[in-house]
Amino acid sequence: MKRIVELTINGEPRDMTVDTCRSLLDALRDDVGLTGTKKGCDVGDCGACTVIVDGEPVNACLMLAVEAEGRTVETVEGLQPGVDTLHPLQDAFMRHGASQCGFCTPGILMMAKKLLDDNPRPTNEDIRFGLSGNICRCTGYTKIFDAIKSAALEMEAARS
Amino acid sequence: MRRFEYHRADTLEQASRLLTDLGDDTFLFNGGTDLLVEIRERLRRVRNVVDIKQIPGLSDITYDETRGLTFGALVTVGRLERLPLVCQRYPNLRAAFASLGSIQVRNRATVIGNVCRASPSADTIPPLMADGAFIHIYSRTNMRVVPLAEFFTGPGKTVLARGEIVTGITVPPAGDNTGKAYLKHGRRKAMELSTVGVAVSLCMDDGVCSDIRIALGAVGATVLRAPEAEAMLRGTRLDAATVKSAANKATEECTPISNVRASADYRRDMVGVLTGRAIKQALEAFA
Repeated sequence: MKRIVELTINGEPRDMTVDTCRSLLDALRDDVGLTGTKKGCDVGDCGACTVIVDGEPVNACLMLAVEAEGRTVETVEGLQPGVDTLHPLQDAFMRHGASQCGFCTPGILMMAKKLLDDNPRPTNEDIRFGLSGNICRCTGYTKIFDAIKSAALEMEAARS
Repeated sequence: MRRFEYHRADTLEQASRLLTDLGDDTFLFNGGTDLLVEIRERLRRVRNVVDIKQIPGLSDITYDETRGLTFGALVTVGRLERLPLVCQRYPNLRAAFASLGSIQVRNRATVIGNVCRASPSADTIPPLMADGAFIHIYSRTNMRVVPLAEFFTGPGKTVLARGEIVTGITVPPAGDNTGKAYLKHGRRKAMELSTVGVAVSLCMDDGVCSDIRIALGAVGATVLRAPEAEAMLRGTRLDAATVKSAANKATEECTPISNVRASADYRRDMVGVLTGRAIKQALEAFA
């Protein structure tokens, strides 16, 4: 059975016609065409599909598209503030080489965004805890942590 | 994903009727973090899911000094984990909630879903059981309240009859004379199922332990109490020697199996270690 789901994606009102069995992840990728959100394990273990729903990060693979009715969804495509500008996290990830194969990067960026929104000056332990649901199998996390710390400093400097 | 029919209930009565009328292979759909994985990995045959998240009145959290903490079926693990009251008064629950899955999972998963899944290794069950929590069950004919300790009948099995729905859990108030702890033993911190989980909730009056409950996770067909160990500790000052012999008694009271995560012998040993540690940690409330 199909249903029409009305929701807000990256600030824009959208509607999608989806099968009621479809995950939010598959709907975003295949029906809406936002393929920035990645499908890693599809069972909630890897965090590659992390999106922010009503302000809270969730695994898009563990949510049905029909459950997003009336909700606000933020994906990695909505992270950059303008066409020619990057979010400080994206910029820092590039400068620090915090992305190797890149598959985990969209999920980690969304999780890091939420982390810095809630806690602008995270400790190493805060970052570890914040990213504990995101798995990277390439870089070993050091550069990812460096990039997040660097972005935190830049965002703080920009605010003051 | 294997196909299933999605139903959205607006009231408990409607949800209950759907569960009864749609027959076998119909499941309540709440946070979905377990059910969707089971459907995708074909671990459970599911024909219908009944989404209860639109039903009003199941999202409340209340606390008062006589009744304690009550939360509804739709309350997520993450919401309770971040609640200052839980951090301050129920450090045992806070430890269990923060150790379940990942932040992303906890923002969808509900505590009551974790309880109703009735896994022997569920993190939320031992501290709730040690605290003497009870469960509110909706039925179209006979609403009832069941102590959590009497809720489970086996791995994945509970006393719930078809059409019955758990609407909330009440945890007794956390008095100033109480100490609580939950220790989870696993190979890593996140996205981990417990190898062993031990919860201790105790009351101290004038330096004497007036009551204590020990609940052991992942070492039996259900989460278990350790009544003989508890009896050895009640009425004592919880001195090191008594705690040590009670912790040894707890290793005899559990019935672990060997599986991919650990051997039965290892689990038994860890019950002894963690019971001693959990009592020590619970007593830190009085330091």
